[in-house]
Amino acid sequence: MKELFPVEPMRSSLLDKLWDLQNNNRYISDSDISHLAAELNISAVEVEGVVSFYHFFHRKPSGKYTIYIDDSIIARYKGYHRIVEAFERETGATLGSVDRTGTFGLFSTPCIGLSDQAPAVLINFRPFTQLNVIKVKELVQQLRNGVDIDQMYHPPVSNVCTTIYSKKNIFFNSYTPGKAVKELTKHTSDDILSLLRDTNLSGRGGAFYPTWKKWEACRSYTADYKFIVCNADEGEPGTFKDRVLLQELPGLLIEGMIISGFTVNAQYGIIYLRGEYWWLYDQLQKTIDEFYKLGLLGKDIVGITGFNFDVRIQMGAGAYVCGEETAMLESMEGHRGEPRTKWFYPVEKGYLKSPTIINNVETICAAARIVELGVNEYNKTGLPGSPGTKLISVSGDCQNPGVYEIPWGITVAELLELCVAVDPYYIQVSGPSGECISINEKFRRISMLDLLGLPDLRCGGSFMIFNKEREIIDILLNFASFFKKESCGICTPCRAGNFIIERKLEKLKNKLARQSDIDDMISWGHIIKTTSRCGLGKTSCNSLVMAMQKFGGYFDKLIDKKEDSLMVGFNIEEAVADYEQYKS
Amino acid sequence: MEKMVNIKIDGKLLTVPDGQNLVNAAKDNGIFIPSLCYFEHIEPPLGTCRTCTCKLDGKYQPACTMKVHDGMTVEVNTPELLDMRKSLVEMMFSEGNHFCPSCEKSGNCDLQHMAYELGISVTRFEHLFKDRMIDYGSKRIIMEHNRCIKCKRCVEDVVTDDGKKVFTYQGRGNETFVGIDYKEEPKLSEQQAIAAMELCPTGAIIVRGVSMAHPFGEREFDINSEQKNFTRRFPKSHKPAGMEKKVLATASLAGCFGCHMSMLDIDLELLDLVELVTFNKSPLTDIKKFTGRCHIGLIEGGVCNDENIETLKEFRKMCDILVSVGECAVWGGLPAMRNTIPLSECLEEAYLNCVTSEEGANLVPYHEDLPKILDKIYACHDIVKIDHFIPGCPPSANHIWKSVKHLLWGEEYSILYSEFKYD
Repeated sequence: MKELFPVEPMRSSLLDKLWDLQNNNRYISDSDISHLAAELNISAVEVEGVVSFYHFFHRKPSGKYTIYIDDSIIARYKGYHRIVEAFERETGATLGSVDRTGTFGLFSTPCIGLSDQAPAVLINFRPFTQLNVIKVKELVQQLRNGVDIDQMYHPPVSNVCTTIYSKKNIFFNSYTPGKAVKELTKHTSDDILSLLRDTNLSGRGGAFYPTWKKWEACRSYTADYKFIVCNADEGEPGTFKDRVLLQELPGLLIEGMIISGFTVNAQYGIIYLRGEYWWLYDQLQKTIDEFYKLGLLGKDIVGITGFNFDVRIQMGAGAYVCGEETAMLESMEGHRGEPRTKWFYPVEKGYLKSPTIINNVETICAAARIVELGVNEYNKTGLPGSPGTKLISVSGDCQNPGVYEIPWGITVAELLELCVAVDPYYIQVSGPSGECISINEKFRRISMLDLLGLPDLRCGGSFMIFNKEREIIDILLNFASFFKKESCGICTPCRAGNFIIERKLEKLKNKLARQSDIDDMISWGHIIKTTSRCGLGKTSCNSLVMAMQKFGGYFDKLIDKKEDSLMVGFNIEEAVADYEQYKS
Repeated sequence: MEKMVNIKIDGKLLTVPDGQNLVNAAKDNGIFIPSLCYFEHIEPPLGTCRTCTCKLDGKYQPACTMKVHDGMTVEVNTPELLDMRKSLVEMMFSEGNHFCPSCEKSGNCDLQHMAYELGISVTRFEHLFKDRMIDYGSKRIIMEHNRCIKCKRCVEDVVTDDGKKVFTYQGRGNETFVGIDYKEEPKLSEQQAIAAMELCPTGAIIVRGVSMAHPFGEREFDINSEQKNFTRRFPKSHKPAGMEKKVLATASLAGCFGCHMSMLDIDLELLDLVELVTFNKSPLTDIKKFTGRCHIGLIEGGVCNDENIETLKEFRKMCDILVSVGECAVWGGLPAMRNTIPLSECLEEAYLNCVTSEEGANLVPYHEDLPKILDKIYACHDIVKIDHFIPGCPPSANHIWKSVKHLLWGEEYSILYSEFKYD
């Protein structure tokens, strides 16, 4: 059982407690629920509400070995179906259930942050990558023979790609523990804020909100205690740059959090690590422990009297929406990960109603590097107004998938060349919630600026390449069903709207849709975007609407043009198929 | 004294207390911003239903989660926002399984009332017919998950005297539902339980034995419109003279003929009617085959088999205007209750396993002369283009007649609040 900070109430430990039960017993039983309810003095249905929100928590035994198969669109194109079939055959479990002996549980899960090594699975939260049918057979055989899973597993490779720009690397460069934090002895919090302002650092999770503004706002509130939360819930399908940062530079991240704590006068740091990244936990915890030994965490850090800062890790449990900052706060408080309204901003009332900074892993790492390098050195790379580098997770139809550290300002075409893209046609930038571009836009820049009135691509980190053979409708359907399942379910447009959109796309895939159906989807996409409560709903239809507008020719081919305008597309064979079975 | 600020709502300049909730500020000044989840005493506001979405200083925001500030400009009733609001309520209808004619809360239901206020006759979205359970597990309260719109009112507001929640959301995404705690629920007093039922904006929380308190005609929303300034223009009486008779055709598909019976209920106006129209193919005339083109076709009932499809397509070919009359034609209605259950289960229950089936029955009827049953009930507009929709179960006689009359002679008209109903 991991320890909470002294200021945290017991409720905050609910997710940890559930994880212990899930990991030890392979499920959470009725009696566990009543015990937890009694312990926390809440009703059982409330505990059950939390359990059912996170898809890594099971209410039925999930097998001695719980296998999660990545069903992101990249994995689907790299052999997801073959892998599922192989696992089903070898384990005797069907997808979504446990085999009769209770040994293997087989489940699918959205992107696990290994798109560069798809198809991949998590077995008891240890990743096994680049699978094929033979590998699956061997894996299952070894597990059956009682081979220790930790002996079979190797951490996946980082795939940091070296490019012509690598000399300018800011992140993936030499790292000395404590170097950035020691700079704090020379700086005031005002200095740090101006460093961030002068380097235009903004939220790298994809929202690109100026980091200095957030930190300054948080600093302006007085409170007994404040929190720095690192958003390591990298759930956007196709994104894995934070995984690599956590694997390669965990120390840099912690230094960034310490700097943030120093700037806004916060005492506590929490890294919210997604459940899919359990395998990174030990190393991250080890780094934290080392930092305590080096005097970089704890009391009077680097000799600054009164500067105390502690860090702990909070594990998420499988919910994309918890990457939304206020949903993350709810989750950390031991609740369902439902985003809050904008009644308060986290910098004023965040975690436990205290001022809280929430930043993405990359943003925090960048802050540490900025303090370490100084404005001049940092601003040498990239564009004026959009300086520095960006980490991009490249996956899909290219020869060299992996993490690319590129200076802001290179074009899509240049990036495609770096990763040796194969016949690219449709590119999904910043994940399903981002934007899709066609190859005709390959001369657009990747930066935080505008070019001749047209905004550049502000890539949040995911860059999925699809060639001309890929069906766009399949990509969009995969996204729609992802959002349908991952919506927190409390606001109407996102919960019902994405479900409705999925149905309509199925109709289109079955060639039963008309031009009017396409127009409907564009107009409904607008409604879902403008009325949803949080970023999930607000962005869920972005790609859909853009694809309909940019790839009109493709959808034209799917539209049903057989019947006249008074008849609606309808497949009668399918509709009577159920009844036909009674034909004797 | 409270500080007052100036705000502008739909161009109207108002002076309101600083920091007041926008929904209340508008309401105090006679401007109605519809909402299904808003509860004044819950803070922070729930912001779940999103029907109060307005444009604040040019940005779309739900009014319920906004405090007024000086110089705020609010748009409430632009055509775009009205349509958006309508679409959100339509989404709730298409997502849940709302069978108004069989609902205890009908007539006292906020959701239904909101739909009347917004003038929804048919949802633009396909009904999703997701299989949902009815939870009879508690002693007193029945949870009808088909009707829940996930507004969160009960989750936030219903607690036992020792502070424990009785309702909490379960699951996620489109699987989200409100779970009830069997242990905590009995701790609520009768009064608290009834309060829970009343705070539910739909019929999702039902207290056994007390749910049907008011007869038809005396229910909360039978005659009252909350939005007092809602259009209440009466239709002009119409007395066409010396006009060419229009030709009508009618059909009943998967319906109960209730809508046809309702058409006959216009009593004395039937005499007017025969002056104005003649009937072609219709059960009223017993004309089986079309003998010529018709001006208007009235369809009762949804589509449950392939014969219905044939009939409907023929109507579409022969009629200039096609109208769905009644809930079944509009979206499936009561027969669509089977839509969440596999067809085989329905047929086997009906022909093999039910108490009235003969012993040893082992056959579900199938013959080439029998129409083939579809996997579910479809709305008429799932098959052919439908031009107009008249909801109701059945729509009242006057409502049908008025609509048809004005459609035939292309006149605009408005519908009375009290005659536009789903039950």
